[in-house]
Amino acid sequence: MNIMIVGVGGQGTLLASRILGNVAIKMDYDVKVSEVHGMSQRGGSVVTYVKYGEKVYSPIIDRGEADIILAFEILEAYRAMPYLKKGGKIIANTQQMNPMPVITGAMEYPKDIEKKLSERIDLQAVDALAAAKEAGNLKAVNVVLIGLLAKSTDTDKQIWLNTIKETVPEKLLDVNLKAFEIGYNM
Amino acid sequence: MKKLMLGNAAVARGAYEAGVRVVSSYPGTPSTEITENIVKYDDIYVEWAPNEKVAAEVAIGASIAGGRAMSCMKHVGLNVMADSVFTVSYTGVNGGLVLCVADDQGMHSSQNEQDSRHYAKASKIMMLEPSDSSECKKFTKQAYSLSEEFDTPVFLRLSTRVSHSQSLVEEEERTEQPLKDYEKNPQKYVMMPGNAIHRHVVVEERMKKLAEFAETTELNSVEDNGSEIGVIASGIAYMYAKEALGDRVNYLKLGMIYPLPEKLIQDFAAKCCKVYVIEELDPFIEEHCKAIGIDVIGKDAFTLLGEYTPSMIKEAVLGEAPAEFEAIEENIPIRPPVMCAGCPHRGVFYVLKKLGLTVSGDIGCYTLGAAAPLQSIDTTICMGASVSAAHGMSKVRGAEFNKKLVSVIGDSTFMHSGITGLVDIVYNKGNNTIIILDNSITGMTGHQDNPTTGYTIRKEPTKQVNLITLCKSIGIEHVTVADPFDVKLFERIVKEETERDEPSVIIAQRPCALLPNMRKTYTGHCTITDKCKKCKMCMKLGCPAISLDGDAVKIDTTQCNGCGLCVNVCPFEAIEQED
Repeated sequence: MNIMIVGVGGQGTLLASRILGNVAIKMDYDVKVSEVHGMSQRGGSVVTYVKYGEKVYSPIIDRGEADIILAFEILEAYRAMPYLKKGGKIIANTQQMNPMPVITGAMEYPKDIEKKLSERIDLQAVDALAAAKEAGNLKAVNVVLIGLLAKSTDTDKQIWLNTIKETVPEKLLDVNLKAFEIGYNM
Repeated sequence: MKKLMLGNAAVARGAYEAGVRVVSSYPGTPSTEITENIVKYDDIYVEWAPNEKVAAEVAIGASIAGGRAMSCMKHVGLNVMADSVFTVSYTGVNGGLVLCVADDQGMHSSQNEQDSRHYAKASKIMMLEPSDSSECKKFTKQAYSLSEEFDTPVFLRLSTRVSHSQSLVEEEERTEQPLKDYEKNPQKYVMMPGNAIHRHVVVEERMKKLAEFAETTELNSVEDNGSEIGVIASGIAYMYAKEALGDRVNYLKLGMIYPLPEKLIQDFAAKCCKVYVIEELDPFIEEHCKAIGIDVIGKDAFTLLGEYTPSMIKEAVLGEAPAEFEAIEENIPIRPPVMCAGCPHRGVFYVLKKLGLTVSGDIGCYTLGAAAPLQSIDTTICMGASVSAAHGMSKVRGAEFNKKLVSVIGDSTFMHSGITGLVDIVYNKGNNTIIILDNSITGMTGHQDNPTTGYTIRKEPTKQVNLITLCKSIGIEHVTVADPFDVKLFERIVKEETERDEPSVIIAQRPCALLPNMRKTYTGHCTITDKCKKCKMCMKLGCPAISLDGDAVKIDTTQCNGCGLCVNVCPFEAIEQED
């Protein structure tokens, strides 16, 4: 299984990939998680790869090879589209964050991304920001999306809940469990 | 039980299990987390040194004094420590000494893409290269036994994808290593010509023994799949090859990449019709193969640039097309990294841009001051170069140019290698203005303490280097401290100091917005009120939270942290801070 998590530096994609990686270990798979640290984390496009199966060699995913792309921002979902395998699925947060070339006016934010994506691939677009707000913390967007991913991967929900309990700090647990449930039931 | 572990965390675990006593490093992506993970182990003394050369020498001293020691760095950090490295090759070790160097293929967070394997050859130090986290731990432990067996420092070469990928690791117990006896041994450890000349002989003998060892060690292994095609690879490139080619080719996996074996390669090649060397960056293994008379395909089929992928390898070796994919048919905006909302550097570059200054830049988050819309930085070379290069610029272009020139350098980078440049300016009658961007932390690599923060790597309070006293003691008479968010005052100070016919330092002091204390300080967000005249002055800040909605300015409350810099630059008092 090849899962790619994309977003904007600072959105919490790293935590999401670590939760997913630990879920895969609990299912007795070989796992590799490739992360991004350093300069790209500062508000740039960030990509992490999570791969699991009998035996995983390369930690990275090539174009046309991702079974699922979990996107934290809609332009990043679009940017990642070439990585999707034929028949794969993109789960995307509809939130729009302007990149610097748009802010400076050098380029426009592409229009109708959701429409363009859904015409070509299997897209599940959700307002994860609103869902996170409902759960009680805007920063819980990542766990809302993890909930959606859990539902899409046909895995035991309890494993996900246990992993979140092990990963998330105690005081944020209630918000995150709530966010997970909202995502899972979207 | 197996644990999912970052390659860097696995190196740290390996050091712990190998009984390492001292680790000294300077942070640098992608190597930083090795040293950060060492903090978990109370049995190890660990520190952030001011730079890689100091770090290496601390480790060398610990080794000579009889304990196992480690120093970790990014590829360019190895340039800084190179002076120590070439001579510790001559002295050899007492307690095992391992130098971990992480290359950054693809330049995810670096200023160049150098291939550190050349250092192994140049300094005659053996080098191991793991392919995943499990090997990171195993090779680290093995590096210590080899270091002591062959009386040599050992390089452990990592790369971004090995350092920053998590894979499964089995933890084992620590084996305590008693301190080795310390005895005066000037013939071995005092490298003056009369002694060094004899040590060079020892080094060459050691190289011969290591070359023999390379023929038989389990670090190098052959996987014969009965194919006519052979692949020689190491590190992450081996993993890419394995994924791309599976059991359709034979492999010679090299875990020890310096010195390289001869007979092993010749025997491997003899059984294949065609042999590929798959290695990112330079043709290091390829040139060795060709030198010993083996006809291999390397850089004729693969690029010298950036990272490889499995599909690239599949196409080159088997001629099979990569997977089909949905291409994006329009030109979409890139999303480069930016200074965070609330970043203290933003105020500095806003002023420098406004004044139209030439800016000699340095290495850190603030290198982003070169990007639009702040676009202030003219040069970025390496750690510390902002200070010394500005001195050179002034000497060649003269006083008028100098009045429109400043250097910008972070607090940690100044400690690393800015001080000596400043001494040069004072000593050689320069009159540059240096702006130290003091954000109270080492930012880019993810918040490491440094000599100016007042805390050690273990968060123990310690003496804090006082930047003002330091600059004054060097001979800088004009040292001014200012908050870069007070843009009017900051602008006035920059104008005054650049006008001076004497060298000066401005300490731009405001902590990184991502520090826990600042996260508590910056609450709420800013909003545009109806007083807005759409002058777009706030847009010049390049804040990720401020953008245009039609011709109206809007602030994205999910990104804004209420730092208030835009409030300070708005000429119409049209932006309000809300809790």
